[in-house]
Amino acid sequence: MTLVQSPEHTALREAVGDFLARHLPFAKVRDACSSERTHNDEWFRFGAELGVLGLAVPIDHGGSGASLAEQAVVLEALGGCLALPAYLSGEILAPALLMGSADPEAVKLLTRISAGDIRVTVGLTAETRDLDDSTSSNSWNVRATATVADEVGPGRYTVNGVKTLVPDVHGATAVLIPARTAAGLVVLAVDLAAPGVKQRSLTTLDITRPMARLEFDDAAAILVVGPETADAVIEHALDLARTAIAIEQVGGAQACLDMTVAYAKTRVQFGRPIGSFQAVKHACADMLVAVESARSAAYHAVAAYQSEEFPIAAAMAKVVAGEAFVDVAAQTIQLHGGIGFTWEHNAHLFYRRAHSTSLWFGDADSQRELLIQRLGF
Amino acid sequence: MSDLELFRSRVRHWLDMEAPRNGWSYDDDTAELTESEHLLRAQKCQRMLIEAGLANLTWPTEFGGQGLGLAEQVVFNEESRACNLPLRPFIIGFGMCAPTLLALGTPDQQSRYLPPLLAGDEIWCQLFSEPGAGSDVASLTTRAVRAGDDWIVNGQKVWTSGAHFSDYGILLARTDPDVPKHKGLTMFIVDMRSDGITVRPIEQMDGGARFNEVYFDNVRIPAGAVIGTVDDGWHAALTTLSNERVSLGAARPLDEVAGATELAAAARSLGRFNDAVVRQEVARVWIAGRVVELLGERVTAAILQGQIPGPEGSLSKLCRTEYTRKASRLGSKLAGTSAIAWDGDSRAAQALLYTPSLSIAGGTDEVLRSIIGERVLGLPKEPVGNDRRPLRESTRSKL
Repeated sequence: MTLVQSPEHTALREAVGDFLARHLPFAKVRDACSSERTHNDEWFRFGAELGVLGLAVPIDHGGSGASLAEQAVVLEALGGCLALPAYLSGEILAPALLMGSADPEAVKLLTRISAGDIRVTVGLTAETRDLDDSTSSNSWNVRATATVADEVGPGRYTVNGVKTLVPDVHGATAVLIPARTAAGLVVLAVDLAAPGVKQRSLTTLDITRPMARLEFDDAAAILVVGPETADAVIEHALDLARTAIAIEQVGGAQACLDMTVAYAKTRVQFGRPIGSFQAVKHACADMLVAVESARSAAYHAVAAYQSEEFPIAAAMAKVVAGEAFVDVAAQTIQLHGGIGFTWEHNAHLFYRRAHSTSLWFGDADSQRELLIQRLGF
Repeated sequence: MSDLELFRSRVRHWLDMEAPRNGWSYDDDTAELTESEHLLRAQKCQRMLIEAGLANLTWPTEFGGQGLGLAEQVVFNEESRACNLPLRPFIIGFGMCAPTLLALGTPDQQSRYLPPLLAGDEIWCQLFSEPGAGSDVASLTTRAVRAGDDWIVNGQKVWTSGAHFSDYGILLARTDPDVPKHKGLTMFIVDMRSDGITVRPIEQMDGGARFNEVYFDNVRIPAGAVIGTVDDGWHAALTTLSNERVSLGAARPLDEVAGATELAAAARSLGRFNDAVVRQEVARVWIAGRVVELLGERVTAAILQGQIPGPEGSLSKLCRTEYTRKASRLGSKLAGTSAIAWDGDSRAAQALLYTPSLSIAGGTDEVLRSIIGERVLGLPKEPVGNDRRPLRESTRSKL
């Protein structure tokens, strides 16, 4: 991918957009928020039909051998309608961890994910109070995770600890988690139905994105990524998460801008459309600046994937897209006036998504610090 | 290798050879050069580019151009970004006057003026703004009155870059005060050495003097010097100004103020780079600068792939202002006492004093936001106020 979308990407975007408009209008997305229902079944049927499942998984493992660029097109469209948050965990982060595995058995899981047989989520977040490094308030300092595992046989472990903010547990069969062992950091796969795994649904700021707290009490686990490479694989997965979230945020921020501009053209006060007032017009122009800045940074991170520049680009994308989405979503409520503060209106769903995703995997301050370290200033 | 890559290697090879031996680098200090020395450097550079077949890339060959596409121009810009080609005196002529002449000039005007303009032999300036017509250029009151075969011009222009070393200018003047303000304007070619023209430099708040006031006192312009149609000068002006946005929007290096790398080094040498607040601010500057670059790279990438660039080009000026503001403020904080008083030079103070110009020149940030709101987002225009009335009736007019 380069900084502009190719004709193929445009075609993919239109196909996904078309599916979402037909099958996942806001009414359905909202409906899912108040129940345990998800729309994964429809998505899997469509995904199989269009070949957008397993986009980044190699053909050998049942994927389509495409790249993050194609996934970014899908993610941006999903972000625009707040749909299918499981795409991030199941289609992007889980494959990234599994592809880091040297174990053929673990890699085979990829084939089953791509076929839609199993759904795997990821639990990268330790509870802050679990951290033994009390000077760090960074929940994404994975090396400091207090989740520990003991090897009980070749590739077999028992794990103890807590993961929080685990997305999309409902409907998933397994979770991938980092844990500390005597030999160092590893990534393990845990069957969510196994004895010793307790899950509790959390109340989420972003009501479109379910999250759970998982407790592991001598739960059985299998090794996915060994201590030789786990550090690097996890760090890479975190940067991938930041990039993917930035893309999703671009989709969300663009939807907010579109919604607001449409409203400013039709809402009449003082005898004229409010968009003709400079105070409103200039606010909309600033929203466009924010959206296009975010798009530039996020597309750049996707383009830099697999290059040396990726860690820098990912941290920057997380800052720029996160701050843009937060500002744009807040302005969306403001420029809609009273109606924007109602539960009925969709503006608050974007506002919730904006703040939630901006904090997830590292807030803007933490990413700026990371950026400074990575730039080597 | 594609034609474009061949072209790129030709540009790179030439610049590698010529830039070092001609002092076209950001490290070469040109601050001590006089204005006429700057002009000679510019003209020498342009002549060398012409000889190498690398000047006026997108211009038709009949006027001395290379007849190439935007893609070649983009490649040239990318390759020459690291050099400091001393072409600044030509910016107005190449970027605004020549495109206007190409779009609206008569064949005679084009064959007379375009070749020497593009060769760098004749320098051009642009005479639109007036003391009473800044953002609202169409309300200008410099009068051109028909007198036989000529026009007689009286009035005052302001913010004219390079008027004092220009040979010609494009002038916007009012030819009919009895119609709504956008309708009674005409654009002229004016010989800057005509009798009755007085050029006075404007001393800027940062101590520089790159702009001028230009007074017209019964200046005689021949009828053949009208560009386009009499009383249709607003249309001509829009042509010029749209080119201004393109040339100002083109990615230029962010070198006017100290950037993140330099600020980080300054903080480190002051022992302040362990300060979390300072680190955050350096990161903010780095990111803001990178966003400006990436907006430019998206325009470039779109052109190279044969696509029409999106709205990002019109946004880069606003982002550039924001970047410069952040960088110059952090620079002054790090400079501390030496931004208050200093011995010799203070780059930090200079940056602070330069910064306010960016959000004014080439369209204020406020005007740009209105343009973005209306033309990019399609929001409704402001109600028109007195715009539709003849200028003579408006209260400020002294016509």
